Amino acid sequence: MSAAAPAHGHDHSHDEHAHAHPTGLKRWLFTTNHKDIGTLYLWFSFVMFLTGGVMALLIRAELFQPGLQFVNPEFFNSLTTVHGLVMVFGAIMPAWVGFANWLIPMQIGAPDMAFPRMNNWSFWLVVPAAILLVASFFVPGGAAASGWTLYPPLIIQQGMSIDMTILAVHILGASSIMGSINIITTILNLRAPGMTLMKMPLFAWTWLITAYLLIAVMPVLAGAVTMLLTDRHFGTSFFNAAGGGDPTMFMHIFWFFGHPEVYIMILPAFGVVSAIIPAFARKPLFGYASMVYATASIAILSFIVWGHHMFTVGMPAAGNLFFMYATMLIAVPTGVKIFNWIATMWKGSMTFETPMLFSIGFLCLFTIGGFSGLVLAITPVDITLHNTYYVVAHFHYVLVSGALFAIFAGVYFWLPKWTGNMYHEGLGKLHFWLSVIGFNIAFFPQHFLGLAGMPRRIPDYALQFAEWNLWSSVGAFLFGFSQLVFLYVVIECIRSGRKCEDRPWEGADSLEWTHLPCPAPYHTFETVPEVK
Amino acid sequence: MDAALDARNRQTMRKLLVVAAAMLGFGFAMVPIYRQYCEAVGITQGRVVGATNTQVDASRSVTVELLASSAGLPWRFEALERELRLHPGQLATVNYRVVNTLGRPVTAHAVMNAAPSYAAQYIEKQACFCFSDQTLAAGEERVMPVVFLVSPKAPKDLGTISLSYTFFESPGRAS
Ligand code: HEM
Ligand SMILES: [Cu+2]
Repeated sequence: MSAAAPAHGHDHSHDEHAHAHPTGLKRWLFTTNHKDIGTLYLWFSFVMFLTGGVMALLIRAELFQPGLQFVNPEFFNSLTTVHGLVMVFGAIMPAWVGFANWLIPMQIGAPDMAFPRMNNWSFWLVVPAAILLVASFFVPGGAAASGWTLYPPLIIQQGMSIDMTILAVHILGASSIMGSINIITTILNLRAPGMTLMKMPLFAWTWLITAYLLIAVMPVLAGAVTMLLTDRHFGTSFFNAAGGGDPTMFMHIFWFFGHPEVYIMILPAFGVVSAIIPAFARKPLFGYASMVYATASIAILSFIVWGHHMFTVGMPAAGNLFFMYATMLIAVPTGVKIFNWIATMWKGSMTFETPMLFSIGFLCLFTIGGFSGLVLAITPVDITLHNTYYVVAHFHYVLVSGALFAIFAGVYFWLPKWTGNMYHEGLGKLHFWLSVIGFNIAFFPQHFLGLAGMPRRIPDYALQFAEWNLWSSVGAFLFGFSQLVFLYVVIECIRSGRKCEDRPWEGADSLEWTHLPCPAPYHTFETVPEVK
Repeated sequence: MDAALDARNRQTMRKLLVVAAAMLGFGFAMVPIYRQYCEAVGITQGRVVGATNTQVDASRSVTVELLASSAGLPWRFEALERELRLHPGQLATVNYRVVNTLGRPVTAHAVMNAAPSYAAQYIEKQACFCFSDQTLAAGEERVMPVVFLVSPKAPKDLGTISLSYTFFESPGRAS
């Protein structure tokens, strides 16, 4: 099957470059190589994933039974807040930047990112930001307890951990903007001759659009948290009712950032799944062009739906209706994508290796999350479901079984390319099944809890909610500990020496598979490839 | 990397930085936009009107409940009446008493809230202590009026309005 072993790539594989690479710590500190930086991002993201995961398990331990068992309510609020921030800004977003670094240059036939030095900066900025976030647990008053949405007036009243959180958000924003500039410039200017935009793999497309979203909304978030900071320390009253400010205005600014942000986390997932499903169905992606247009329309629409997070703040009815219809409109391009993936599998000769399993898991479970989103988009329904566990169920279906499952799928798919070794298929499948089962036990009951009226972000609850909370906690622990299997699979793969073929997936046909060996050499495409 | 490509990359970066800077500006511009918008559609904290001759709608009446509180500030603050009934369009004066129980002068600002929230747009005020900062000397007591009417445009099913004022210490203006 790998008869077409990429003769091309071997030209570069021996790394016969004159300059010596620094080794050890220095290599990683000063590296400007897109593959090194991708690796750094991915490992960083995994560490943050475990950090946020520990917080989640503390939350679920507390909620295992009614009553206060392990943590006091203030600390519980800090846990939900920092769990959210760490997972969004520390785990999911950096993981996607890691994928972008590793893959985009190879997929478009570029030697590296457009601004390698800035790339190094983007990564090394996120580390101090993460340290600030986690360290804020240890300052007087405890970590931010306002929820990841940082709403005033709570956030204005809390102690110095808030200033650390705000600074962390500023740094992460700067890093994201630098990363996005890099990605857009790379895609626009460094494509190999013949690699027209409409020939790019969808992963590059979805990231191009994601990067534009980031550049458009991260500065808005930076502005919002700056206003929080001046309200706290410099006597302004943007959101402070005492001085004529308005906390509701913060919600508008935050969600103008916040809704595009959720698409920032999911669009690259669409790209990954669009690479994997055709590879394992052994058919080209159905409706490539419509995928590109659907992605673009989702991105554009995402700017006009933020009000669906604030149906209960007392907007005029016309406003509520506008946001309701606009939100439902997004389901149309999203549906186009789901349809295209299913049509790609239709009559394909499918096999079900781990990347494909995670992609199919993504497809089924993300769709459930999309449907609960549609339920929440109905204004009168949302007025009763807002701030209940139904919302928690919704966004975990789109973020965990959506974004995170796609990350897992992508890691399994490209591990051979990254390490040159094949992962242990049996253990990969074990990881998949434990994750799907644990995830559904943890989060499906939260729909019921929400419909029955259990509020989110509370450390204790009425007795009638006890049973489903117990299930949810059991599932959460199963899901959490299954991730150690993943860690084991990755390390085992790196160390196993189980060399894989240059084309481990016969159906995968983007440049990194057709033109390069496994593992991808340190420098690739220093002479530009031909693209037909 | 050749110089031409380098220049092109820098050009792209400059354009993108301009977009980022513009969006930062937009974030701050949302503050005045939001205020203007709320003003325009009438979601403000009760409208301030001059002395107008409104038609009194004697065919119905509205109950207004008066609530008073202070946030994180040990001021005693209360309405002298619990509630009143009035016809839409009828001018009413209600009085509030406030006492600064602290041993230092304090400047604070009262913020209005109405329930149901859409009722706020039908409350038209001519005079209110909430229009400006209030500075009370240590131990000072003061009685302050609000002169307002409920607009005759208020919908017929609006039977009761809870009108609440909360005093917040003015940030950065504590003396
Ligand atoms: C068909 C697509 C979707 C629709 C119609 C939709 C709709 C909604 C609505 C109406 C809410 C507000 C619920 C409330 O607070 O009362 C919400 C919350 C949320 N959604 Fe979605 N959504 C969709 C897809 C997504 C995706 C793809 C993501 C992320 C990958 C996402 C992430 C979130 C998050 C994180 C929240 C909760 C934010 C918070 O309050 O903390 N949603 N969604
Ligand atoms: Cu949203």
